[in-house]
Amino acid sequence: MSDYTLPVSTTIEPSASASELGTFLERLHGWVVTVDHKRLGILYILYSTFFLLIAGAEALLIRLQLAYPHNHVLSAQVFNRFFTMHGTTMVFLVGMPFLFGFANYIVPLQIGARDMAFPRLNAFSFWLTAFGGLLLYYSFLGGAGLYGVGNAPDVGWFAYAPLTARSFSPGHATDYWALALIVSGFGTLGTAINIIATVISMRCKGMTLMRMPLFTWLLLIVSMLTLVTITPLTAAQFMLLIDRYLGGHFFDTQAGGSSLIWIHFFWIFGHPEVYVLVMPAFAIANEIIPVFCRKAIFGYPAMVAASVAIMFVSLSVWAHHMFTVGMTSVSNAFFTLSTMLVGVPTGIKIFNWIATLWGGRIRFTTPMLFCIGFLFQFLIAGLTGIMLSVSPWDWQLHNSYFVIAHFHYVLVGAIVFCIFAGLYYWYPKATGHLMNERLGKWHFWLFVIGFHITFDTMHFLGLLGMPRSIYTYQPDRGWNFLNLVVSVGGLIQGIAVLIFAYNLIVSYWRGEVAGDDPWDAWTLEWATSSPPPVYNFEELPEVHSRRPLWDAKHPDDPDWEYES
Amino acid sequence: MSSVPINHPGRAIEWNLPSKRRVGMSALITGESAIFTIFVVAYVFYMGKSLTGPTPQQVLEVPILGTICLLSSSLTIMQAEKAIERDRMTSFTLWLAATISLAAVFLTSTALEWKKLIYQDGLTISTNLFGTTFYSLVGLHATHVVVGLFLLTTTFVFSLFGWVDSRQSERFGVIALYWHFVDAVWIVVFTVVYLIGR
Repeated sequence: MSDYTLPVSTTIEPSASASELGTFLERLHGWVVTVDHKRLGILYILYSTFFLLIAGAEALLIRLQLAYPHNHVLSAQVFNRFFTMHGTTMVFLVGMPFLFGFANYIVPLQIGARDMAFPRLNAFSFWLTAFGGLLLYYSFLGGAGLYGVGNAPDVGWFAYAPLTARSFSPGHATDYWALALIVSGFGTLGTAINIIATVISMRCKGMTLMRMPLFTWLLLIVSMLTLVTITPLTAAQFMLLIDRYLGGHFFDTQAGGSSLIWIHFFWIFGHPEVYVLVMPAFAIANEIIPVFCRKAIFGYPAMVAASVAIMFVSLSVWAHHMFTVGMTSVSNAFFTLSTMLVGVPTGIKIFNWIATLWGGRIRFTTPMLFCIGFLFQFLIAGLTGIMLSVSPWDWQLHNSYFVIAHFHYVLVGAIVFCIFAGLYYWYPKATGHLMNERLGKWHFWLFVIGFHITFDTMHFLGLLGMPRSIYTYQPDRGWNFLNLVVSVGGLIQGIAVLIFAYNLIVSYWRGEVAGDDPWDAWTLEWATSSPPPVYNFEELPEVHSRRPLWDAKHPDDPDWEYES
Repeated sequence: MSSVPINHPGRAIEWNLPSKRRVGMSALITGESAIFTIFVVAYVFYMGKSLTGPTPQQVLEVPILGTICLLSSSLTIMQAEKAIERDRMTSFTLWLAATISLAAVFLTSTALEWKKLIYQDGLTISTNLFGTTFYSLVGLHATHVVVGLFLLTTTFVFSLFGWVDSRQSERFGVIALYWHFVDAVWIVVFTVVYLIGR
């Protein structure tokens, strides 16, 4: 059949509207049934951007409520639902899908493969995750169920027992929460398995482990961590459902059960989860910082070793969320020390990034600006983390806005900044068009200013004693002005994100044509066209160093002469 | 892609990567182990904490027959693996049938045990903490046995139709890996529930 040609329908006179509808449906169908890692990556990114806007709107409504003392924009019940949904959405429907979106799109390209190891599992995992998100948000409509009580989940994103017991959470709110996380958890597990199999078994010729781009390395480590992180949560959610539906007693203190064990199980998931979210941010910075400094990354083996160390240490720090529940002093000391230990590999990374910047010819494009913001903010987030790891300090500030400020410094200051950096960096690869640089600068400066107005101020509110999750407060506490400042900062960030969303959409049509390699980068994804063809590479590449494109561009001075 | 530098000292690279199916199944097993760990931890944590009876000492009997059957099914599936690698399909089908029968005996013994516990001893999942943790841990394991049995039976039916040969040996190896995991988990569950907890 080699001489077979496509039957071109020149003889048919199509009516314009009918053919447009047909092509639109065909294109939609193509996206729904796709198993292409690039399309699934884009679906993940669009999905999480959508939920980023929703959960951001929830955060703004929370801040509107807290802007003044004795405010009544939201009712107390709605306030509880919003902070629960904000937290759950940001972690499970924004953070995780964003990282898997990047992993899906970039990892096969960087290792010179044509697709993920299991393309159909990949599609299945995405649709599971997507269904989990729908299930969670359907609770706004269906949470009341036949009982006529309950709405969206309102038990906090960590859902401490016994608040989730039948008697305290009537209706289906908590069930939707548990089921949504089980479903999206299976999706997460599937993608993690897929990434591990892809990285281990699909690398192109010559790409040994120590020649893999750091992005791919970090995503491999994150996926391995995900395997043992998301599954304890799934197990705990099953226990919760057994309690709620089969009359089990796992977390039922009336029958000898323990509410404490839920807290342990949740944070056995919950703390490594922070590293699952932040290591992809490191991964993105690892790609962007060297390219925009025009230098190879400093200390590649140390970066790999530090990441592996973080993976292991992060599994033994969970109870630093639990200093106030009354553990033994041995446990307190252990978890204080293990938490401080995380600072060592993380510090190694910070120094390596700074050493990469040192003496580089830095180009201050939007992705690089976001990465520099990340470096500064992640340093501060790490330092407040070390402060909170000291258990007496934590006893004072536990569940205060100081903690909120600390983890938003990580989740927004590090992770969201790197996600934006990654989107500006790889957008031209995925669409063939650069994002608008002027709007990008506006986005960066507004976002960084809004971020610091909001989250720097929150530290002081925490030190002044404002607890988290409160619906409103008395005017005589001295928190009024600072709360207003926090809310104004949130509004500025909201405007910045809207500029970003506008830029994301408009650049697709009006963005400058990018070409294959707009940033003069060195990893394999820039070797193919933008957007890449379905099969990625016409001929599977063969690499001899960590920067195959550098070797191709500088045959007189290739990297493999220096790397061992 | 033409990024290969021309002047590279072109010694031919030996390039062998592990099987993606085995890597994927190993990753799944790692994740599953974490789920089982949480349920085992819950079982151990709640040992002897039930406020009412029946207690494990009163009602549990050691399922010796079922355990012997399940553990020996690991040996029969190894024989089946050897047979399919050497393309001895009759032998493969017979060893597979033996594995399925042994697993079925195990599931039957669990079913009879549960019937006795529910109807004679009045122990259900909502009776006390022992019931809750026992049925969820043993039930989680039994669910995995059922999934494995489904995979094995499908393969068995396919092999009866003659659709399986040595080309599928790698895929069957992945099923066997899962089956070994299910057996290994039973050793842990058996030790915790029937030896330590009784």
